[in-house]
Amino acid sequence: MVARRIIPCLDMAQGRVVKGVNFVGLRDAGDPVELACRYDADGADEVVFLDIAASHQGRGTLVELVRRTAEVLFIPFTVGGGIASVDAITELLRAGADKVSLNSSAVRDPDLISAGARRFGAQCIVVAIDARRRPGGGWDVFVKGGRENTGLDALAWAREVVQRGAGELLLTSMDGDGTQQGYDLELTAAVAEAVPVPVIASGGAGSLDHIAAVLERTGAAAALLASLLHDGVLTVPQIKADLARRGLPVRPLAGLDDSLR
Amino acid sequence: MIGVIDYGMGNLHSVEKALHHLGAPCRRIDQADACGELRALVLPGVGAFDPAIERLRAAGWEVPLRRWHAEGRPLLGICLGLQLLFEGSDEGQAAGLGLLPGRVEALPPEPQEPRPHMGWAPLLPASATPLLDPGAPAPWMYFVHSFAAVPRDGACVTARVGYGATTAVAAVGCGALQAVQFHPEKSGRAGLQLLQRWLDSLP
Repeated sequence: MVARRIIPCLDMAQGRVVKGVNFVGLRDAGDPVELACRYDADGADEVVFLDIAASHQGRGTLVELVRRTAEVLFIPFTVGGGIASVDAITELLRAGADKVSLNSSAVRDPDLISAGARRFGAQCIVVAIDARRRPGGGWDVFVKGGRENTGLDALAWAREVVQRGAGELLLTSMDGDGTQQGYDLELTAAVAEAVPVPVIASGGAGSLDHIAAVLERTGAAAALLASLLHDGVLTVPQIKADLARRGLPVRPLAGLDDSLR
Repeated sequence: MIGVIDYGMGNLHSVEKALHHLGAPCRRIDQADACGELRALVLPGVGAFDPAIERLRAAGWEVPLRRWHAEGRPLLGICLGLQLLFEGSDEGQAAGLGLLPGRVEALPPEPQEPRPHMGWAPLLPASATPLLDPGAPAPWMYFVHSFAAVPRDGACVTARVGYGATTAVAAVGCGALQAVQFHPEKSGRAGLQLLQRWLDSLP
């Protein structure tokens, strides 16, 4: 069985790491490449870079960052934010990204998912879904950083994107994001149940118990973490040790020879 | 000099970067007739079986690869590069290179496993291979695949990986021909060590 993955997420703007609480109040937190390498050395299983200030002008900075990352990072990494065409996907994968994450652009143009998957394989097309609880039950899909309700049902949308070729889903609970009150277990379980592809749970992690709960009880393949790690509240080795103690399969740091690097 | 076969499909940037990181001289080769002096070849690949084998054929690689293999020269297949070595795949209709007998089959649904089979798993060593240190604990590697090889000759399987209640082929080898289903170039230090062992094994 594949291990549950711990994935640090680096929110970026203009090539620097930032992390907002509920997507406001951004603050600078360092060089993404250095941070990614530190997380690799710490035992992170993958890294996600999200360009939250994605703009046409900023594209060159992002491609350059991906290129710089690919020179030194030897674990998989995903890039997302404002990727709206097959050309943009091509450019980022060529620069060395392993996967691209599509969000608003996939809602606007679902054919982009199919086109990307046909050209490069489902394994490198991640669809990010930002979901918010709907009064009366279920979840709506939001875009534009949580500002716009698409009216799409999160479960129906999850099934559709997978059918179109998404190889993985990055599922964020907009209710939980930035609150550190725990993942939305019900949402995560419902989506993981609805699709065969791996689901990365995101939004709301505040403690070891939260991380263990989402990985133990929902079928999520991975947990995405930002502030908790960036602020040093928890470390990847701490999280993995805790999950291992609870009997969940995680990739150990031990058993490796340190002669390289 | 190691040649990384460039046929327009692939993770060759990351393979190239990993080999560079290890200090091994390598370059991309897009012309089959340019491989004469090379020490070894890497056949990478990400994507679907049919487009990959068609591109490889169209670029004129089939005959040179057969000859390379017949001469017992070193070749490392990675991911789809492993699958292309077999006779064919459930994923498409095209014939594979057929350097190894057997076919590539779809991974069966397993309740405990996502599909694609994506993530880290420890190798289960099956027979001696220069890629693995027999004295060390089995390393964890990064997998992304929905299909796996089913060799007719089980003796060529060098490692397997747990998959639900069963196992799937993770690596095959037969003399100078070695191939892995996982991505050593994306498997952190353990993956770099495996590539280093392959480099060290080259004549």
